[in-house]
Amino acid sequence: MSSTAGGYYVPKPSHWPIMACIALICLTTGAANWIHGNTIGPYLFSFGFLVLIFMKLGWFRTVINEGLNDTFNHQVELSFRWGMGWFIFSEVCFFSAFFGALFYTRAIVVPWLGGDYGTAASLHTNLVLWPNFHGVWPVMNPPGKSVFHGLTEAMSAWGIATINTAVLLTSGLTITWAHWAIVKSRRKQVVISMLITVALGIAFLALQSHEYWRAYNLQGLTLGSGIYGTTFFMLTGFHGLHVTIGTIMLIIITIRCMKGHFDKDHLFGFEAVSWYWHFVDVVWLLLFIFVYWM
Amino acid sequence: MTEAVVHAHHGPDRRPGIIGWIARWLFTTNHKDIGTLYLVMSCFMFFVAGAMAMVIRAELWIPGLQIVNPHFFNQMTTLHGLIMVFGVIMPATVGFANWMVPMMIGAPDMALPRLNNLSFWILPFAFTLLTSTLFMKGGAPDFGWTFYAPLSSTYGPPSTDFFIFSVHMMGMSSILGSLNIIVTILNLRAPSMKMMKMPIFVWTWLITAFLLLAVMPILAGAVTMLLTDRHFGTSFFNAAGGGDPLLFQHIFWFFGHPEVYILILPAFGIVSEVVPTFSRKPLFGRNMMIYATICIAVLSFLVWAHHMFTTGITLSAELFFMYVTMLVAVPTGVKVFNWVSTMYKGSLTFETPMLFALAFIVLFTIGGFSGLMLAIAPADFQYQDTYFVVAHFHYVLVSGSLFALFTGVYYWYPKWTGRMYNEALGKWHFWLSLISMNVTFFPMHFLGLAGMPRRIPDYALQFADFNWIASLGAFVFGITQLIFVFNLIYSRYKGKQATMEVWEGSHGLEWTLPSPPPYHSFETPPEVK
Repeated sequence: MSSTAGGYYVPKPSHWPIMACIALICLTTGAANWIHGNTIGPYLFSFGFLVLIFMKLGWFRTVINEGLNDTFNHQVELSFRWGMGWFIFSEVCFFSAFFGALFYTRAIVVPWLGGDYGTAASLHTNLVLWPNFHGVWPVMNPPGKSVFHGLTEAMSAWGIATINTAVLLTSGLTITWAHWAIVKSRRKQVVISMLITVALGIAFLALQSHEYWRAYNLQGLTLGSGIYGTTFFMLTGFHGLHVTIGTIMLIIITIRCMKGHFDKDHLFGFEAVSWYWHFVDVVWLLLFIFVYWM
Repeated sequence: MTEAVVHAHHGPDRRPGIIGWIARWLFTTNHKDIGTLYLVMSCFMFFVAGAMAMVIRAELWIPGLQIVNPHFFNQMTTLHGLIMVFGVIMPATVGFANWMVPMMIGAPDMALPRLNNLSFWILPFAFTLLTSTLFMKGGAPDFGWTFYAPLSSTYGPPSTDFFIFSVHMMGMSSILGSLNIIVTILNLRAPSMKMMKMPIFVWTWLITAFLLLAVMPILAGAVTMLLTDRHFGTSFFNAAGGGDPLLFQHIFWFFGHPEVYILILPAFGIVSEVVPTFSRKPLFGRNMMIYATICIAVLSFLVWAHHMFTTGITLSAELFFMYVTMLVAVPTGVKVFNWVSTMYKGSLTFETPMLFALAFIVLFTIGGFSGLMLAIAPADFQYQDTYFVVAHFHYVLVSGSLFALFTGVYYWYPKWTGRMYNEALGKWHFWLSLISMNVTFFPMHFLGLAGMPRRIPDYALQFADFNWIASLGAFVFGITQLIFVFNLIYSRYKGKQATMEVWEGSHGLEWTLPSPPPYHSFETPPEVK
């Protein structure tokens, strides 16, 4: 790292970004080849994934060491804070595309296909294309049943989803407990509360996996069962992916807590992860309301 | 100062030889290096996508099929659009932001320099991936840059999946780049530079960065849905599963309309810097300019369905989107009025940047007016999918965004390199571009009004005259751009030494630094008057 005069911080040239690009191009071309059934696909993808892990470890180690060596002044830390905040903003926008798709299909497409939208065009769509289709949510029997097989049982809000809501909300509390303990310099409590948070994250993922297993094997609910399965799996799936990433981040932060990396003036890494975790939490609440419940 | 000292002062420490040179550009965390990389890449892609436009215009020179088959023609229109938008205009504006924002706000560099490197270097990989689709079985994407479902879902060629992933990469680059710009502007301003004192270019980029962060993830969502629809059995865009192809258009244009302001707002910023300099007057209605930009950004989220008037959306929706679209003309009109008022009673001179800025104001306004015509829902039923639309968006993108980029390059080139560009060549570039641009795109208005559809390789005989005129203009425009590149390269070595202020009427922090500026722009925060 090199600092210029006047207290500004400018890092040295770095080879991590270009390694990230190599990881990305291997992951993307690997995935595309994999989808097309080319032999090279999975290998390229796996290689990209390994490079990605290596790059992440290296890049984060560099930044963490810079932080521990007090390279960063208050302004740099503020840049990191703004950066994380705007990153989460872009994540919110990503989810809003999928929520938008859900609302649009529920409010307009399904009634339209069922002939109930209140316009002549809607009525004609139904009569001409799929007169047997009833536009009610959840769509158990999609219009083109020969292609999209439909489902036998929709998701219920008052089962695993309720437990998972409780699990995530509790984890939001325990991570706040950890925050409080860091500020009060109570190392033992920090580690205990972080470990509980991680455990809750893993519990959530285990329960969701079970739910997915039930959906595929007992409810006939798959990605291919029409618009209900499509929106259900894509929304909860991307959320689950974020919980997975969040849990990994929590594990790393727990290790850093054990090593005593954080105190009340140096806790940006912790806070960034806790913001991310709260964001995942809020998305889940919206999922619970709009995907499971209503 | 000797040559050696100048280099020590302006360059980074690097290992000698070709390896050192490559390592310098690959690993750089310097905002000027990265800005240069962005600009050079976008200039290169400009000629790649420009060559595709030449293929399109050559095919349309006379009626009938002569040079390429319709399938390849469709690949050309698709890639021309995608590359011009994502590979030329956007990276060029980000290049300007990288170069100018730290210098204009009194910062040493961007806030997150390593991330800055990443956001640039993703792009060459992404565009290699995108152009490689041309050589794949089934050809490149052929469904237009808007990749509507089901053309891209059910009927897309196999290379569509590679296209999807390249869009993911471009999106990632844009998100990281704009995140960096927004953080730099919010956090690295010199202490005495209050928000309302920021240069207009910085303001427009602040708002552009916000738009990018808001809508690039939505584009990522759209291509992800496309991918799962193609390969994982989902039915977002398939009515048989209870989805809707129109959903694609809604999501795409919810991204796409803010996207067009992403392409034009930095251009507004550049012109707002240049016009006062050559009018030797401060910008008229400076604060109003900022409020108007914010207004445009907010409205951009509420107008997307004006691209979909003929799709059968309800009448009430058509009325809503028609009126909101027309509202955009108000803040845009404020801007044009302010540029003109800045020139009023100014002591004008007409160096190349000013000439391009003037052409921008006039021609962008023409593009704005044809946009207003398209905004009228009942009239749009006639214009939809015709060359009138092509004429409209080329007026706002070529004589709008691109001319503003030329403006900016000529204006800041002496600051970047320390040498003046060749004024005579600049004027040649300007006049030839101006004339050939209008010869190319003005007849397209008439073609469109007469009913010639866009994205076709062949056309009815009555369109023949206007088409060869347009093609002629296009070839001249294409060749003219070589003058531009020659001028930049030639002047880099042979140009006259530039002074610190460069222009008599220059204003702002970037002109208080030497030309070329030191490697780390401001090492201590400057004082803003």
